[in-house]
Amino acid sequence: MWDALQLEFMRHAVAAGLLVSLVCGVLGTLVVVNRIVFISGGIAHAAYGGIGLALYFGASPALGATLFSIAISMVMGVASIKSKERADTVIGVMWALGMALGIIFTELTPGYNVDLMSYLFGSILSVPGSDIWYMLCLNLVVLLFVFFFYKELLAMSYDEEFSFVVGIPVRALYFVLLGLISLSVVMIIRVVGLILVIALLTIPPFIAEKYTSSLGRMMVLASLLSMVFTLAGLWVSYQFNLASGATIIMVAGFAFFLSLAVDAVAGKRRQTADRRRPEDDHRRPKKQNKEIPTTDN
Amino acid sequence: MEQALSQNADPLTSVPDAIEVEEVCFSYERTEVLKNVSFRLKQGEFLGIIGPNGGGKTTLVRLLLGLLNPDRGKIRILGEAPNAASRRVGYVPQSMELSRSFPISVMDVAFMGRLARARMGKRYTREDEEKVRQVLEKVGMWEHRRKLIGKLSGGQKQRVFIARALATDPEILFLDEPTASVDPEFQVNLYDILEELNKQVTIIVITHDIGVVSSYMKSIACVNKHFIFHEGSQITQEMIDMAYQCPVDLIAHGMPHRVLPTHKEE
Repeated sequence: MWDALQLEFMRHAVAAGLLVSLVCGVLGTLVVVNRIVFISGGIAHAAYGGIGLALYFGASPALGATLFSIAISMVMGVASIKSKERADTVIGVMWALGMALGIIFTELTPGYNVDLMSYLFGSILSVPGSDIWYMLCLNLVVLLFVFFFYKELLAMSYDEEFSFVVGIPVRALYFVLLGLISLSVVMIIRVVGLILVIALLTIPPFIAEKYTSSLGRMMVLASLLSMVFTLAGLWVSYQFNLASGATIIMVAGFAFFLSLAVDAVAGKRRQTADRRRPEDDHRRPKKQNKEIPTTDN
Repeated sequence: MEQALSQNADPLTSVPDAIEVEEVCFSYERTEVLKNVSFRLKQGEFLGIIGPNGGGKTTLVRLLLGLLNPDRGKIRILGEAPNAASRRVGYVPQSMELSRSFPISVMDVAFMGRLARARMGKRYTREDEEKVRQVLEKVGMWEHRRKLIGKLSGGQKQRVFIARALATDPEILFLDEPTASVDPEFQVNLYDILEELNKQVTIIVITHDIGVVSSYMKSIACVNKHFIFHEGSQITQEMIDMAYQCPVDLIAHGMPHRVLPTHKEE
């Protein structure tokens, strides 16, 4: 591994991996608890439309993807609020339209020779230094946003309706969150690719949620897990000469199933333990009901 | 609380009604839920709302909270538009279908009640902490404060949500079937808390428990698309007919003594 770090592209890859992990842990946590995984997927895929348009009009694909994905995330946000019942359908439609737009415009572009595969699977090994700086800035923005509005974000994520009633601008927060997600999604796509973006946004928070007791700790643990997955994936892909983006996700996926298996075993063990000594059972809430001390009179 | 008290204490300033509803209509898609609802509720009232399922009770409360906007008509809460007044009201929603695995402690849920007063982008203050301790002790959940809310029983959860609403220091408190999942012991306890609170706070409760209605509440309304308001806590024949198409019988058989006005024992 250390000799690999002598190579500049490898150092960039590690830096990009760590920065992406941080943002995935923090925003991914909010994506998971707010149940906006589908919107995030929609944004990621529709972003391809922006790339197509940018190529056609001769602009930078990264810029095109960024602007387009922000615009599309706002539209999806409005759709998810206006027609709650059919929000997923609307998002699905835009998901498909965005991609179709991208395909048509890249095809129409004369002399088109951008590597579509790198968009689908990412290219962590060829992240330029300028991208690292951009990622650093984005990380800072995301961290400051979450730091300053932590209690509002927590409230909104747990109980949106109550938060609205006590006067939190839940709509505004929601749209800012969507905006940050689209910026990050475009960035993550460069590292692990379009297809794997959602895996990195959801797997670490999903595992972290089970072992933490607050949203903040969930973000920290998810970021750490994400870093482990990314670095381990990089190392494995370097050793065995595999596609790095896909290998990172394979590592994360392996951890995902491992955590499920651990849960299943632990759950079973707990059940048998409970059966053996029901007298000091403090896990089953039904039994506990009667023992609740009742208040102050 | 303090504000409500001082407003009530001063006879010279005109006190706005707690709730003022004029000719309000509301429908979901094409289903008419509420039709021409009008009523006024003075501050300091304790109103029980009864009615059949799907009769529009929860919709009415959601309109009063500004969560929904009426198709027609006017709503004033403490003399303000519902959204403007929302920081002055507390709310205990109906059964909470929130994620069980969400990593949030009992204490952090109660802290949410302080958001109405807290500044955006700032941490909670010492005063907020004190208030949260007070309300959690009141509902008997202080010792569980570090537990994850998802690990609690339905009744315990309900207590926390009641604490959260109390933590807002409301001038009006809305409760949507607050006793639906709590143990009977706490039910009585809750209404004692509410009765005490009612000295300063206007309270509106949606409930199915007609017994509780008669003994604790100062007035009763029945919602079934239309709205019948009754000052004084008797349930009228009209209400029962409207609320329950035929079960006048059922009530008479099941708990006849409760339909009559009861006298409160200390």
